[in-house]
Amino acid sequence: MDDTDKRIINQLQQGFPICESPYSRVAQQLDISEADLISRLQTLLAEGVLSRFGPMYHAEQMGGALSLAALKVPEEDFAAVTDIVNAFPEVAHNYARNHSLNMWFVLATERPEQVQSVIEAIEQQTGLVVHNMPKINEYYVGLQLQV
Amino acid sequence: MPIDAIDRQIIQATQAGLPLVAEPYQVIAEQLGLSAQLVMQRMQAMQDNGVIRRIAAVPNHYKIGYRYNGMTVWDVDDLHIDSLGQRVAELSFVSHCYQRPRHLPDWPYNLFAMVHAKTELDAERQIALIADLLGTDSRRHAVLYSSKILKKTGLRIAG
Repeated sequence: MDDTDKRIINQLQQGFPICESPYSRVAQQLDISEADLISRLQTLLAEGVLSRFGPMYHAEQMGGALSLAALKVPEEDFAAVTDIVNAFPEVAHNYARNHSLNMWFVLATERPEQVQSVIEAIEQQTGLVVHNMPKINEYYVGLQLQV
Repeated sequence: MPIDAIDRQIIQATQAGLPLVAEPYQVIAEQLGLSAQLVMQRMQAMQDNGVIRRIAAVPNHYKIGYRYNGMTVWDVDDLHIDSLGQRVAELSFVSHCYQRPRHLPDWPYNLFAMVHAKTELDAERQIALIADLLGTDSRRHAVLYSSKILKKTGLRIAG
């Protein structure tokens, strides 16, 4: 990752235009060519430096729901439970964390009632209790990490 | 903001990512049999009403040097949580801050604040600043560092 890559990441965390030739517009701002920008983005995505590039959809704003949920997974079952949980398209993010509640995942669903049905399905398939922690209040979201 | 069938098609076509070609909205439009004008108009409307938070690059925290990604959780009085949560959220290094339900007796924490740091020392400094801010209003706290990203795809709606 060189300085140009870092400038691309910092700039594109803030947003991306909706217009006919958006890469060309961003490339001009970064003083690089459109082809260079596209090829660097391909590399950053292929190498996993970027998890994703595109619209970030907000489940709640489209009439759906979000929740955070946690599982206490026995170490020996961790890989199998990961596969079960990750297989649900409604699981948007999943992290291993250093606590007895050692698996934390975010559910993002198109319809609100799907949160409960996915939780029940995960409980049934894993035999574990899902601790559902939907937000009660949101105080702030939005830090962008500078490279 | 309810979405209609066209918005839904656009979401499905773009939820995994935007095409990496010179005219990405044109490519999406062709896939869906719509005009590029309509696709851009709908995406702009979804961005304006918050269905699209933003169109952006999402970095892998670890790969850009942020190895210490901590979910700090605090047990604070429900009566004061709103003012405390707002003050914690104003700290520059806090990326998300939420009130969530306790699950007693296992989980006594109701205030969640995510912090991100490049070194353990920086992470500890950040956590100490939150602890100072909350003072005696926090009865106990814990920090759950992520040890692995198991999945990070964002929302996916089914076809």
